Amino acid sequence: MNRLWTIMKKELFHIWRDPRTMAMILLLPALLLILLGYGISGESLNTTLAVVDFSKTDESRAYIERFTVSEDFELLYDAASEDELIDLIDRDLVDVGMILPENFGRKLSTGKQAPVQVLVDGSMNPTDALTVQLKLSAISQMASQDILIERITRSGVGQNLQLPILDTVRTLYNPNGDQKLYMIPGLIPILLQVQTLILSALAIVREREQGTMEQLIVTPVKPWELMLGKIIPYLLVSIINLFILLWLGDLLFGVQVAGNFWELIGLSLIFIIGSLGMGVLISNISQSQMQAIYVAIFIVLIPAIILSGLLFTRENMPAVTYWYSELLPVTHFLEITRGIIVRGAGAQTLLWSSTVPLVGLSVLYFVASVLVFRKRI
Amino acid sequence: MNEYTNAVEAKGLTKRFGKFTAVDSVDFTIPRGEIFGLLGPNGAGKTTTIRMLCGLLLPDAGSATVQGFDVASQPEEVKQRIGYMSQKFSLYNDLTVLENIRFYAEIYGLPAERRATRVEELIEMAGLKDFKHEPTHTLSGAWRQRLALACAIVHNPPMLFLDEATAGVDPVSRREFWDLIYALAGEGVSVLTTTHYMDEADYCNTIGMMYQAELIALASPDEIKDELPGVLVQVDCERPVEASEILQGLPEVHNVAVHGAQVHVTLKHEWQARKIGTALTYAGFAVHSMETIQPSLEDAFISMVMQRQSRATQVPGQPQNRSIA
Repeated sequence: MNRLWTIMKKELFHIWRDPRTMAMILLLPALLLILLGYGISGESLNTTLAVVDFSKTDESRAYIERFTVSEDFELLYDAASEDELIDLIDRDLVDVGMILPENFGRKLSTGKQAPVQVLVDGSMNPTDALTVQLKLSAISQMASQDILIERITRSGVGQNLQLPILDTVRTLYNPNGDQKLYMIPGLIPILLQVQTLILSALAIVREREQGTMEQLIVTPVKPWELMLGKIIPYLLVSIINLFILLWLGDLLFGVQVAGNFWELIGLSLIFIIGSLGMGVLISNISQSQMQAIYVAIFIVLIPAIILSGLLFTRENMPAVTYWYSELLPVTHFLEITRGIIVRGAGAQTLLWSSTVPLVGLSVLYFVASVLVFRKRI
Repeated sequence: MNEYTNAVEAKGLTKRFGKFTAVDSVDFTIPRGEIFGLLGPNGAGKTTTIRMLCGLLLPDAGSATVQGFDVASQPEEVKQRIGYMSQKFSLYNDLTVLENIRFYAEIYGLPAERRATRVEELIEMAGLKDFKHEPTHTLSGAWRQRLALACAIVHNPPMLFLDEATAGVDPVSRREFWDLIYALAGEGVSVLTTTHYMDEADYCNTIGMMYQAELIALASPDEIKDELPGVLVQVDCERPVEASEILQGLPEVHNVAVHGAQVHVTLKHEWQARKIGTALTYAGFAVHSMETIQPSLEDAFISMVMQRQSRATQVPGQPQNRSIA
């Protein structure tokens, strides 16, 4: 037990003897949260629009106005020809091009079907492209609907005509569709994952590379003392990081924990211990610091960023990818942070889907990290 | 304490790395309180032998006990009772001298009440008083080595392993370091050391010569010198390096080694000395003096390795009269 304390002291010395490392460890995750928080969670996407209006009638102008009055579209160019319009899209100056033919106004006023051609830049993020298409057709259909009701009312067939269905959509938890409320609780787990893994992946292999491990393993020190002695100081550092990240999330982005705060902290501790264990495991099986960093980045960190559900939903992933992401504790932790912070859900609610897998995997990686260490060269 | 008479007993100790045999069936014993020197060229298997004895590597065959404990099955018992200094400085550079010693004092589980006095004692012994609070990376090689020794013996081990502990240290510091080792041996500590410095080998009670994974000689330094075949003649002549090349070509010459301004020549018989003197003069080298000398350990060492090398490369039936340097 005394030896455990001795090793912890030594590790803490290493950290705070070097002010630059210390500053990096404490500040970088916070800076990244600010950078990415503002970067990724930009408000609803603003689609740029160019129009060729061959019709130049009140009807065509009224139609175009329906798009520009909505906050979603911004009319940047009035193009003179279809070629110019396509050129604007080619040069990525606008996302959407709209062509209203010469007969648009006449057909509309005579009660015929007026054609409109819309070009959407498909090279953008497919999810965004889909959103743009849905918005375009929604606005266009609304226009058709209004015109139709007006015609019917004017023809005298129906008075006080109403739409047959009145739908009321109420969004729970994040009523304003605030991107920040979605992204910040996702970024916190990812930043903690990067931090804990990089710190601990070097823990053992650094000493092996420096030659200090050889001197340490000819002593009667026990493997668990050595492993715990290395993990606990990093656990303390990561807890500081966790509090800084939660505090900044509230201060800068107004993201507050809707659920039980201490439940979130408790589960965060379990996640941190598990992912430190994973790092030490990597450190134990690596021959050099270079190898450890490669394994950490390619096997864990990049998949954690892409597959954990931070950016894309996991439900539609192919089986192999899906199960790979299930093996990453961060995937489950991310469900938990979003659950507790955004929905105010408890560990109980998420018990089988997230809490049990998180605890199970964390214990597994932690125990493996202690067991795999050998006091041999 | 358990019953044991020898500090180290190795029987048929063998280590293989894949197809390569690093240590091949090595036998030796180190009586308590003796200084045992393991000599041999780089890659001969000295470090691997030490690592097996320290419990850092598992032997593939054979067995060894250290202080009466089996290195393979009781490595932790062994580790309690040994001190180890490796070739490479392996203490924490960002910790101070005091912190490093304290760290190992705590790791070895020294009781708190004895710790402070022991740490002071070691700092006194190693002469590190003035550097107590210096970070280790500011120390010079010789001081680091003293610190490493202090850390290795913080728990008063009865057995000390030194793996080229004095590599790269100046002669005066080496001498002072060996005074410390002698003092420890005087207190009954057994020592196993590997070294490239022949003067250090002369300090040992027993020497084991390793060559290509095998132990090729095991004796006291004097015995090893006596075993040198033929006679050793020290030739003082012009341009010794060029002269040695001429000498190597002579059929009488067993072995040649340049020692500073002189050339050491191993001959089968003393009367052949005149022949090589004549040969040198004939080749245009002025010979100032020639005398038969007592071989040094270095001569014995080089001669032994050369013999092994030529035996390995020798075509059967041809006389063995020349060595390839």
